[in-house]
Amino acid sequence: MSENVHIIGAGIHAFGRTEGRSGRAQGVFALRQALADAGIEWADIGFASGGSIAAGSADIMVNDLGLTSLPFINVANGCATGGSALTAAHNAIASGMCDVAVAVGFDKHERGAFNAKPSNYGLPAWYGETGMMLTTQFFALKIQRYMKLHGISRETLGRVAEKAFRNGALCDHAWRRSPVDIETILNAPMVNDPLTKYMFCSPAEGGVALVLASEKKLRELGSDGVRIDSIAFRTRPEGSFEVFAPSIRTPPGGKPTVLASQAAFEQAGIDPADVDVAQLQDTESGAEIMHMAENGFCADGEQEEWFANGWSEIGGKLPINTDGGCLACGEPVGASGLRQVYENVQQLRGRAGARQVPRDPKVGYSHVYGAPGLSAVAIVTR
Amino acid sequence: MDNAQGLSPIAAGLWDDGPPPRLIGGRKANGEIVFPLPDEPLEPLERVALATSGTLWSWTSQEFQPKSPFAGPEPFEPFLLGYIELANEVIVESRIVETSIDRLELGMPMQLVIVPFDDHRSTFAFRPEQRA
Repeated sequence: MSENVHIIGAGIHAFGRTEGRSGRAQGVFALRQALADAGIEWADIGFASGGSIAAGSADIMVNDLGLTSLPFINVANGCATGGSALTAAHNAIASGMCDVAVAVGFDKHERGAFNAKPSNYGLPAWYGETGMMLTTQFFALKIQRYMKLHGISRETLGRVAEKAFRNGALCDHAWRRSPVDIETILNAPMVNDPLTKYMFCSPAEGGVALVLASEKKLRELGSDGVRIDSIAFRTRPEGSFEVFAPSIRTPPGGKPTVLASQAAFEQAGIDPADVDVAQLQDTESGAEIMHMAENGFCADGEQEEWFANGWSEIGGKLPINTDGGCLACGEPVGASGLRQVYENVQQLRGRAGARQVPRDPKVGYSHVYGAPGLSAVAIVTR
Repeated sequence: MDNAQGLSPIAAGLWDDGPPPRLIGGRKANGEIVFPLPDEPLEPLERVALATSGTLWSWTSQEFQPKSPFAGPEPFEPFLLGYIELANEVIVESRIVETSIDRLELGMPMQLVIVPFDDHRSTFAFRPEQRA
């Protein structure tokens, strides 16, 4: 990396449902909060990047924020929209193009599971007609096999969701703010076996913005910042098992998360054991379990012991999804990846309030994963 | 198992009728097999009739009625689906029939069947292998 890049401002519009406020307006809200946090003006920004999946283009925000002629790149990169925006803003500073940049993500989805058109994915009509083209099925199929191979119990699936709602109750930007007990989670209506209703996140709304600055600017402003030590974004390798797959190569190949994680650790020059707080993609309970191993935090099967002992609780040895993750915050796709980084920034600055990780965390790890098989990891340090 | 007789396949070219019926895949130059055979292959594919039996790789249930483009009969009946590994060929996604979720196990032998999808159409599925 040519120059150190820091996050000096972080803003969020509460996730969930906000009637009468567009996705983009939620993005503008987050961006204004991030600017105020950084103590700078919109006119100081030299580059912006952002986007949404279902709530329009980000660059229209200049109408609300000011026509300063800055370069503004729209991102439409599925679940990696936030990660891509962060990458672009980071690179603008690292390359010396400017001293201050912003990354913004927002969204506003309809209620209910995402539905997809086979032709948009190069798939035949019968695949959709016969009811096999559902993202929720993919998650269930992946964790079902994983549970059988590695001895993960249904109770552990329940504990993931229970932790998410417990953490969400402590978090002012979360959507689900009430704890749910494990019996309720396990006995809720089944969506796709083994996953019940409470084990899935829901499409939602929200916005997140981050202000990035060069080392020079950070010093000049005397900012309360965190340093970005690595960002790694990888698409799927040959033979990886992903959503909407009428067939899979045998034997299956690698995983985009493993590739992104290894690259991020290598870039940052640290190991999983050095991480103090982690935000891992938890589209559903099984995803958090599998992503703990795919990101190198434990071996396959050890998650049973982790959840039995509470090691990923806020007070545990590696707190995971401290704001309740996607399960408690919902998933506005364009904003979700940046929410994870926002949460790490607040944790490292000691500003996470009731959900603050104890013992002064120094290293934050975030991981977003999505269709059609991509993964982005960011490591921030203090 | 000829309760699907007289129905039209849900798509042409998905399987050969047999007997026994066999799914149709495509073999790439490097030996890898894909299913289904794409309408517009981007590379030359050799048409290959796949094995009629395999082992269960994973499974789940579909408990809620999917939105469009799902076109199953009304009223909606929950169903099972999963992946079946055809040894040295490919792992295919399929409906699973003639069993219940608590009887499914990783690696259990499964065999291909053609079943009714609605009043007019048939589709492919796998069921636990029935030992003679």
